[in-house]
Amino acid sequence: MLDTQKPPRKKWWTPPFDPRFPNQNQTRNCYQNFLDYQRCVKTMSRRGKNSEPCEYYFRVYTSLCPTSWVQHWNEQIKDGTFAGKI
Amino acid sequence: MAAPAQLGLQNAASPIMEELIAFHDHALMIIFLISSLVLYIISLMLTTKLTHTSTMNAQEIEMIWTILPAMILIMIALPSLRILYMTDEFNKPYLTLKAIGHQWYWSYEYSDYEDLAFDSYIMPTYFLEPGEFRLLEVDNRTTLPMEADIRVLISSQDVLHSWAVPSLGVKTDAIPGRLNQAMVASMRPGLYYGQCSEICGSNHSFMPIVLEFIYFQDFEVWASYLYIV
Repeated sequence: MLDTQKPPRKKWWTPPFDPRFPNQNQTRNCYQNFLDYQRCVKTMSRRGKNSEPCEYYFRVYTSLCPTSWVQHWNEQIKDGTFAGKI
Repeated sequence: MAAPAQLGLQNAASPIMEELIAFHDHALMIIFLISSLVLYIISLMLTTKLTHTSTMNAQEIEMIWTILPAMILIMIALPSLRILYMTDEFNKPYLTLKAIGHQWYWSYEYSDYEDLAFDSYIMPTYFLEPGEFRLLEVDNRTTLPMEADIRVLISSQDVLHSWAVPSLGVKTDAIPGRLNQAMVASMRPGLYYGQCSEICGSNHSFMPIVLEFIYFQDFEVWASYLYIV
């Protein structure tokens, strides 16, 4: 299993407790951060700014959302059928 | 893990499970006291010649047998609620693990580490080494650091499943389209076994969960070099 060809993986920070979502149900936490990331990138590109500040949302939604959900939503955004208001 | 012919709960590996075992013993103590009292009174009433068939308006005894059970119920309810809220309590997690139920295996995603994700299938009986447990071993164990708070997000890809590890006091339903959060921590290194706990189809019994808690430094090495193709 030990593959020395590839570089070691980097550990990112894990999303901290979010007082907006104190319950067991974290579905909305994942979705809201995904939405915030898309909005952030859109706003930044409209203003012609660097989208680096949006990285935070990206890290949070990547850590929280199942990858299959993210893939699904990204496909929907590409097809223009995403239900969220970006 | 459970031993053959075991009667009690599995040994606790997390503070929550210690609490749960203590509460279980506390409730069982009350149940024993009530049962012995009731049995004693039944035997007394069956053997005595004295009867009270014409007793009316016995306010004192009515008062006692209303308030006493109420007090006993409160004595059970308060510690129960305390543990219920304790399991929802959330500290700053060190790691986020996603456990996703499928028909019929679990897949795990460690998205704090770029793309670390794998499926965890049951080990068929004919692949087992001596000393391994039938119907409990998996091909890829879920490795986690010990003595760290770990946030587990549980969901499902198809039907209802339930992610349960008795030694850690965790049992959380995996529901498609919903993310459930549970806190997991182990005070000891070792292997903890669990099984799917929500009937999910024909192979419901054949999707076990194995958590391998190791030292922090070893976990870092494991996570940074493990590439599953």
